[in-house]
Amino acid sequence: MVVDLTQQQGVDEDRADLVFNALSHRTRRDILRRSMDGELSVSSLARSYAMSFAAVQKHVAVLDRAGLVTKSRHGREQLVRTDMATVHAAQGLLDEFEAVWRARIDRFTEALTAPSKGAAP
Amino acid sequence: MTVTAVDKDAEQLTISITTELDAPVARAWGLWSDPRQLERWWGPPTYPATFVDHDLSVGGRCSYFMTGPDGDQPRGWWRIVAVDPPHRLEFDNGFADEDGTPTTGAPVMRMQLDLRERTGGGTTMTIASRFASVGDMEQILERGFAEGITEAVSQIEAILAG
Repeated sequence: MVVDLTQQQGVDEDRADLVFNALSHRTRRDILRRSMDGELSVSSLARSYAMSFAAVQKHVAVLDRAGLVTKSRHGREQLVRTDMATVHAAQGLLDEFEAVWRARIDRFTEALTAPSKGAAP
Repeated sequence: MTVTAVDKDAEQLTISITTELDAPVARAWGLWSDPRQLERWWGPPTYPATFVDHDLSVGGRCSYFMTGPDGDQPRGWWRIVAVDPPHRLEFDNGFADEDGTPTTGAPVMRMQLDLRERTGGGTTMTIASRFASVGDMEQILERGFAEGITEAVSQIEAILAG
């Protein structure tokens, strides 16, 4: 999803900025993690952090603007649910890093078996 | 000598790769601690790395450049966070400007190397990379961490086109 966001020109580039900015904050990543089941309200989330309700609400709003969470009204509460596409995007990026490291480890093992002549002590 | 485990945690933004090596720990450590041996594998064949500084003490800096097929020379650095030779090394890895200074605002990843003796000989090597954000991962891949991949892909394309 992240890749798609950056590849679609124009309008969506601003959206990509919103997404990356939203993900750059530790608390907001934590909120995403806790909200995968979509069963937590803003106020129950707020109880998990050593910060004010308003501060947590602000973080949720940033995530909401970036399209990373959806909010639904449930009685008097607003339930927060993570858009799982975010996590899938990270998974795709990790796959790319895996490919880089596998290539590197291939070279590492090759160098390991090569004679260590000329190597420093 | 094979990769035996790959652990990817999309929530913690961490990837950890475990490899079994047919060599003693000291020998495997040498491929990290000796810059000349490190240069043999850190960069892909199309972007070989040259280490200009290499200080593996805590707080120490390593700096390197990679030379691309068109003569382009992307630069990078390590900053050593923790070291326990020949078993453990933890460092930050980031991008550098042309003069070797860390690029302001560029993403940094935290690397952790563990080398453990295996019963019956050999070494288990685990390398973990941790990222601060999905945006950082994206940027690191875009900024050339993946030169090797890009090269490989263009080679495949060339073969297919031929």
